[in-house]
Amino acid sequence: MAHTADTDFKTRLQSWLPKLVLSPSLAMVLVFVYGFILFSVYLSFTDSRLLPSYGWVGLENYSKLWRLSHWEISLTNMGIFAALYITICTVLGLSLAIFLDQKIRAEGLIRTIYLYPMALSFIVTGTAWKWFLDPGIGLENVLQTWGWTSFEFDWIKDRDFAIYTVVLAAVWQTSGFVMAMFLAGLRGIDNEILKAAQMDGASNWNLYRRIIIPQLRPAFLSAFVILSHLAIKTFDLVIALTGGGPGRATELPATFMYSYTFTRNQMGIGAASATIMLMTIAAIMIPYLYAELREKK
Amino acid sequence: MSVASQDTAIRTGRVTRTLIYLVLLLFALFYMLPLYVMVVNSVKPLNEITGGGMMNLPQAFTLEPWAKAWSSAQIGVDPTGLQPYFWNSIKMVVPAVAISTVLGALNGYVLTKWRFKGDTILFGLMLFACFIPFQIVLIPMARMLGLIGLAGTTWGLVLVHVVYGIGFTTLYFRNYYAVFPTELVRAAQIDGAGFFQIFWRILLPSSGPIAVVSIIWQFTNIWNDFLFGASFAGADSQPMTVALNNLVQSSTGVKEYNVHFAGAILAALPTLLVYIVAGRYFVRGLMAGSVKG
Repeated sequence: MAHTADTDFKTRLQSWLPKLVLSPSLAMVLVFVYGFILFSVYLSFTDSRLLPSYGWVGLENYSKLWRLSHWEISLTNMGIFAALYITICTVLGLSLAIFLDQKIRAEGLIRTIYLYPMALSFIVTGTAWKWFLDPGIGLENVLQTWGWTSFEFDWIKDRDFAIYTVVLAAVWQTSGFVMAMFLAGLRGIDNEILKAAQMDGASNWNLYRRIIIPQLRPAFLSAFVILSHLAIKTFDLVIALTGGGPGRATELPATFMYSYTFTRNQMGIGAASATIMLMTIAAIMIPYLYAELREKK
Repeated sequence: MSVASQDTAIRTGRVTRTLIYLVLLLFALFYMLPLYVMVVNSVKPLNEITGGGMMNLPQAFTLEPWAKAWSSAQIGVDPTGLQPYFWNSIKMVVPAVAISTVLGALNGYVLTKWRFKGDTILFGLMLFACFIPFQIVLIPMARMLGLIGLAGTTWGLVLVHVVYGIGFTTLYFRNYYAVFPTELVRAAQIDGAGFFQIFWRILLPSSGPIAVVSIIWQFTNIWNDFLFGASFAGADSQPMTVALNNLVQSSTGVKEYNVHFAGAILAALPTLLVYIVAGRYFVRGLMAGSVKG
């Protein structure tokens, strides 16, 4: 009897073991991700300032938020930044991938050089570009010393142009990675179709336009999803490169949220802005993940 | 993955090829530029930089800026250099990478070889967690760390990085184990092997490539993190990225650009080394995991 009870327990344990092993991770994700999301969303409807407080104020934080010029600037900047960052990274990544796919000598070395910025922290990238673009010691000063005395390049100090320096540094950091994604896509294309089209007299331009680029659809989609979610999360780069300035010229939603929550003690408004960031990312990521996971079944 | 190594069938003329090489070279210079700026300016005296010589090679070579960045530069209130923060980062990264990788391996094993109803939805929930803007969890996380007594500690940061890293590690191991023959697992089960025995003896021995991917990914992400470090670290647990930012943004005294550049390289060195030494294993491991889908 004891023996069977023992094996019984063992088999039952064995059948529960997989779920038991998964449960700590699952519990962490449920509490620290989804529980916290609910908590933050809840805070966005309360009068929290320095500390969380639970006085319900309805949509007041949201209506305040949309009246703030600071938030409006952050959103406009995000629009400019995301549009340019995603477009330039995609065009540049695809072009470099196509060029690199022409049986290039030293391809491995070139790939390594294009990709290494991805290994760096945005704080390092920001520091390097900050001083290189600084008119006092960087490019402007160097070219003036070399004799081009009328040369001016002070975008990083110019309210109207500073956001483009953020684009430049961000493109520098991630375009190589996008290149690698497209290169992997190009290497997966069946050469037989290309050879057949070549026999029919198709030009290289037409081969790319009609056959190759349409086949890169999945790579375009992943690049778009990854780049847009990186754009919305951009925070460290701005902190290191411009600190959100000059003035508020390079504030983004992520820096807005941080300063309203932790330095201006407007936690309710900070939580509202974080909620809007989350909803934007969810609108992009959820359909993508849904399609990806369904395909794999 | 035989297709992956195939070259294109496109043929190009001599002029086109020259142009292509030219463009590729130009962009290689663009990508190298910041690294060049950091390296040459980290080994020259300050007056060579402020005098308009940022692009020049050093005239008077010196390692002084490196020594200063490492052990005596003013970070925050103390002239400690980046050294203590470097060790803070190491103390945070090593356990966080180890724990998240082990959990990811176990999760991937369960989600592919012990499938149950609803497992894909659970995985989807874990995966989405990787992509949330972390601003949405900052406030409750700060409260929670205070509540469990880990506020401002290295272990608090380890917990944060494990929680928001297991989505990725689970993804990697799940994709990798998905193409591992399930028949081997079933056969071992029939022979009486248990859950952990199968994992230990059958899956783990062939998990090298994907473990490398997971470790490199986590190491890079956690080492380079700034948001969590800036939000949750205390005075004696601040990671390297936060310290570097404090060094560079410090508004007191003369701006020592050469020290800033040396500090930036110090902060970049670990991940750069990992990329150069193990980068190709990363790509290879990813390929092995993505054969299917």
